[in-house]
Amino acid sequence: MSDTQNDKQQGKTETKLSRREVLKMAGVGGVSLLLGSVVGGSVLEGSGLTSALTGSSDTKKAGGSQASIPFYDTVQAGIVTPSQDFLCFASFDLVVNRIEDVRKLFREWTEAAAQMAAGQPVGEESSNAFLPPKDTGEAAGLLPARTTITFGVGPSFFDERLGLQAKRPASFKVLPKFPGDSLLEEWCGGDIGVQVCANDLQVAFHAIRNLTRIARGKAVLRWMQEGFQRTGAANPAGETPRNLLGFKDGTGNPNVNDRELMNSHVWVQPSDGPSWMENGSYMVTRRIRMRIEVWDRSSLQDQETTFGRHRASGAPLGEQGEFDPLALDKKDENGKLAIPAMSHVRLSHGDGSVKILRRSYSYSSGMDLKSGQFDAGLFFVSYQRNIATQFVPLQERLAKQDKLNEYIVHVGSAVFACFPGAKKGGYIGEGLLS
Amino acid sequence: MVRRLGYALATGVLGFTVVLTGCSEKNEAVDNQPAENKGAVEQNESLTAATDAYKTYVIEQTDLFVQSTEQFVDAVKTGDVKKAQELYAPTRMFYERIEPIAESFGDLDPNLDAREGDVDDKEWRGFHRIEKSLWIDQQTAGQEGYADQLLSDSKLLRALVETVEVSPDVLISGAVGLLNEVSSSKVVGEEERYSHTDLYDFAANVEGAEKIFELLKPELEKKDAALASDIKGKFEELDKDLSQYKVGDGYMIYTDLKQEQTKKLSQLIDALAEPLSQMGTVLEA
Repeated sequence: MSDTQNDKQQGKTETKLSRREVLKMAGVGGVSLLLGSVVGGSVLEGSGLTSALTGSSDTKKAGGSQASIPFYDTVQAGIVTPSQDFLCFASFDLVVNRIEDVRKLFREWTEAAAQMAAGQPVGEESSNAFLPPKDTGEAAGLLPARTTITFGVGPSFFDERLGLQAKRPASFKVLPKFPGDSLLEEWCGGDIGVQVCANDLQVAFHAIRNLTRIARGKAVLRWMQEGFQRTGAANPAGETPRNLLGFKDGTGNPNVNDRELMNSHVWVQPSDGPSWMENGSYMVTRRIRMRIEVWDRSSLQDQETTFGRHRASGAPLGEQGEFDPLALDKKDENGKLAIPAMSHVRLSHGDGSVKILRRSYSYSSGMDLKSGQFDAGLFFVSYQRNIATQFVPLQERLAKQDKLNEYIVHVGSAVFACFPGAKKGGYIGEGLLS
Repeated sequence: MVRRLGYALATGVLGFTVVLTGCSEKNEAVDNQPAENKGAVEQNESLTAATDAYKTYVIEQTDLFVQSTEQFVDAVKTGDVKKAQELYAPTRMFYERIEPIAESFGDLDPNLDAREGDVDDKEWRGFHRIEKSLWIDQQTAGQEGYADQLLSDSKLLRALVETVEVSPDVLISGAVGLLNEVSSSKVVGEEERYSHTDLYDFAANVEGAEKIFELLKPELEKKDAALASDIKGKFEELDKDLSQYKVGDGYMIYTDLKQEQTKKLSQLIDALAEPLSQMGTVLEA
């Protein structure tokens, strides 16, 4: 998960929206409701902190847990943007094979995404009551809720259908099979991946729903996953979120505000090629089911040696503070490594040279009908400059040795090449498709 | 198959390559020490009797395992597919009863019990490799080498169990571990993908856990009689449910169970494992 230290909520905000902005955000129909709320001072609470530091001055204005994050930028929002409370992720398969159709889809998606990120309804409503409304309506009157919509394309996008084989970046391909993988077809792959994050689940769902609607006849849903984490409201201090195993997750994430660090580990650089991916990033998603029933009957000692951290504080074993450095060589009184050799934190860290930006969410998708147990876990999302040199070696290490493997199983897997941001008037993926 | 390294090993075994290759040099062979030894206990006599009796049980089961494996391997090598199929599941039960102990010897568990995809295909050997050939290809041809390895690995296990140090916390986590095995792979029918003899493993894991409970029961009754009786009742319920799937000396094919039946079994395992995981109470000073 992203470094939530940057997303601290600070009670009442100083951010003020102009009436015009409010009107724009509210769209048709929700105006009076929204204005009422604003006058009452109850809606626009949140941080006054600058948080979405994507390097452009526009985004620096974004503040408040319900504010808008500009869609048009040099990079796509939703990557180094501090994690919002909720996720709706959708993977799509194309059902057309003419590149003009795909171009048209991405143009329409871009316009709709920009509108929804701004809290506006999709499209202009017609006055003809005999037509179905353009926007599906469930987000009418709702604030933008820091919605980000991030688009990427999978390796299958580059097969013979569109004739884009030559444009696929050499290192971008389906992940190798890792030991212990129990992948289910229904949670894998896809021609296009869309990550929607927002501080309101209804707003996030609205975005996926409208994008899916726009895609009808051009692309269809392949799989979809909702995710959550503790909300900013429930954790005003903005501490590192906990996963469903009860441990803090994301402590060691690189600082998203460090542009240089992001350039070395997250954003595709000109020297990496191809040019259409410059300022883009490669995304990995893994649906990781947690055997939470099994975990819950493991002793605290087993749980802590599995992670290599203390459950309560999040500190590395033998240390006091969550952010204390990992003392990998430290031995306990019995001469054993304080942070066990097969612990998750040690193996994830490796020699410390390879970093990825994690942006995962917990998921709970009801019950496994076969066992009556929870189908719950982590919808892992990471961004990196190169999957083959960053995620793959890391996951190989974990898949082979991680003690946590006793409690988790990877059931879904996908990779997407996430484009650079779009300019106003342009569209997402323009560099690849034009 | 789950790799679990929470068991004490005598130092003589440590030269043995553990679990996975490619570990960093910092990686110690066996990572079995809790960071904080909260469980450090003064062992009383009753607990010592329990751990001694358990070690005897493990050795007994391993002896039977080797004997049965010899017959199984013999059937494979003489090309008797039908006999090999008959011996496959009953042989595995000896192993499944003591699985957490067997898993403490590094690479030995994957060598004996890895499922397809758990390890690189070129390293894949053991029961499930032969299972695939017996049920998918209905033949033993090409399996002779795996059969020989299986027998030598089972004998290695027999030699190594002598060296196991069984402490009370190993016993307790072992009992829960056995039920976790059921939850994670048997109840979903992922253990025996080709033969669908998952219920044999299921029953054997439960029997192994019940053995541990029986050994700890006298001490547990002193500390928490209600817990002991709760666990006993839950074992009975599970055994009763499981018994309806018995066929002769064996069990029904797992894929013949209906979804609500597998779900019921899974829920009974969870209901039992929860109080069973409270057995650590006997370690409280």
